[in-house]
Amino acid sequence: MRGELLATRGRVIAIAAVLAFAVASPLFVDEFSVLVLNQCLIWGILALSLDLMLGYTGMASLGHAAYFGTGAYATAIMSATYGASFGEAFVVAIIAAAVVTAICALVALRASDVYFLMITFALAMLIWGLAYRWDSMTGGENGIAGIDRPLFMEDTITYYYFTLIVAAGVFLFFSVLVHSCFGKTMVGIRESESRMRALGYNVWLHKFIIYMISGLFSGLAGFLWVYYNSYVAPTDVELVTSFNALLMVSLGGPGTLAGPLLGSTIFVILDNSVNMFTERSLTVVGCIYIVVVLFAPEGIMGFIKQLRTKVGETDNG
Amino acid sequence: MTFWLTQIFNGVSYGAIVFLLAMGLSLIFGVMKVINVTHGTYFLVGAYFGLTTLKQTGNFFLAILIGGIAIAVMGIVIERVFLRRLQGNDLGQVLITMGFVLVLQDAILVIWGPDPVSMDAPKFLASTGRIGGFSFPMYRLFLIVFAAVTAAALWFFESRTKIGSSVRAAVDDVEMAGGMGVNVPVVFSLVFGLGSFLAGMSGVLAAPWLGIQAGLDFEILPFAFVAIIVGGMGSLKGAVVASLLVGIIDNLGKTFFPEFAYFTLFLPMAVILAIRPSGLFGRAM
Repeated sequence: MRGELLATRGRVIAIAAVLAFAVASPLFVDEFSVLVLNQCLIWGILALSLDLMLGYTGMASLGHAAYFGTGAYATAIMSATYGASFGEAFVVAIIAAAVVTAICALVALRASDVYFLMITFALAMLIWGLAYRWDSMTGGENGIAGIDRPLFMEDTITYYYFTLIVAAGVFLFFSVLVHSCFGKTMVGIRESESRMRALGYNVWLHKFIIYMISGLFSGLAGFLWVYYNSYVAPTDVELVTSFNALLMVSLGGPGTLAGPLLGSTIFVILDNSVNMFTERSLTVVGCIYIVVVLFAPEGIMGFIKQLRTKVGETDNG
Repeated sequence: MTFWLTQIFNGVSYGAIVFLLAMGLSLIFGVMKVINVTHGTYFLVGAYFGLTTLKQTGNFFLAILIGGIAIAVMGIVIERVFLRRLQGNDLGQVLITMGFVLVLQDAILVIWGPDPVSMDAPKFLASTGRIGGFSFPMYRLFLIVFAAVTAAALWFFESRTKIGSSVRAAVDDVEMAGGMGVNVPVVFSLVFGLGSFLAGMSGVLAAPWLGIQAGLDFEILPFAFVAIIVGGMGSLKGAVVASLLVGIIDNLGKTFFPEFAYFTLFLPMAVILAIRPSGLFGRAM
């Protein structure tokens, strides 16, 4: 009991420290670093939404770029083509993400395990195909450029604070969610679907709702990404994007909330800085995939948990 | 009429390439349940190996063989050293194959450079055939014949040889096959080697038509995935039928609805998945 209290206190201190750093960082780092931190936050939101399915519910989606991309493209099309405002683009992006996620979920939830991977992968290709070829709507290979942020958040630092507030809100919502009864049901489904079914839970409906939440927040990340970049292209929807999101979750630690944020931060910083040291950035990222899968299947958070258990054991013994 | 013949012919020739690639993917998935994302990159690396061989020896058929063998060796090593440790970890296997995609793509940049290259078909296949008003590149006819012969050989291997029956048994139920005395680790290596061989070989075969360039791997991979999803994983008949469908639908789609070219291809797949998740010829899950 005392250990648990200590752990909770430790967690609160850690969150406060990270938040304090995030709030204060624009004061002491250069503008480029603020841009990188902003990227960390946006990919962090995507990784968090993916983790809700992957880590908490045991549904490995191989196509989250689809929902991210839907949000991104809806935003870009509304803003650049129809001149919609920030708020209007937001509403349309979320609705678009909801519709696409709902359709994909209905199809994908017919399968499980490796077939679920396959179907989510295939559905993401469908969305990518649209982004890549539907020239008149999506600008094809060139994408859509010229998406301007509203004046009040035009500069890098204001937009950074905006995404920080959104990301903090998402984190808060997710932590309430995973600690609620609903969250316990998610873990129950991950551990044993048949047991949950026998206990009378509507497993399909739970999975559907989680899929929807995950897709919606991925769409939100896409929305933020487009206003960050003022540009959207088919590469935002491609296979590699889905995989990178999975890597972020795996690297940080699936089934935790800190993990995806940690994973996205490490990945984004590496991705932005590795070019400075070597031309072989593809190899570096490729090796991260291989090393994470082979040696850190539970990610960094899993590693920390292991350490803590070991320390706890020596304390008691 | 000629228009339609040309469309169908081009579709079928593309289907032939897709078949060779998809069949390897299908075997690997069927037996090991690995979603091998590296498969498209095997195709591309195979093409580069073929190109180098052709430059050195001038023999196109040797190039096909070397392209296939080089990738088969690479595939077996990856399977033995990495994938085998991750048995049962579906996500881990997919992620690690993605890692190999990136490493191999980088290796291509280092060894062969970033510029697109072309490869010549042998002289006797470079001509244009003509039947009435319908003319066609001889090389594409060669592709179709080559794929058909390969399909026949695979069919013979699967249904008429002892090793083939072990492979079929492993597709149905790995554990049970092991219990009945099938040497499962050997079958795994064999299947992964054969699948990789097909991928490397198809890369070389496609090169005189599609060229060789970075990014081709991710361009062609979705077609192979669609083919095995529609056809059913591990099914030879399914791969043949679905690859032809994919080739033809893609061709017609690109001609009639260029803006929805991929959509016309992927939508039927999504519909089939929704109705019959195991594919047209796959075993029910």
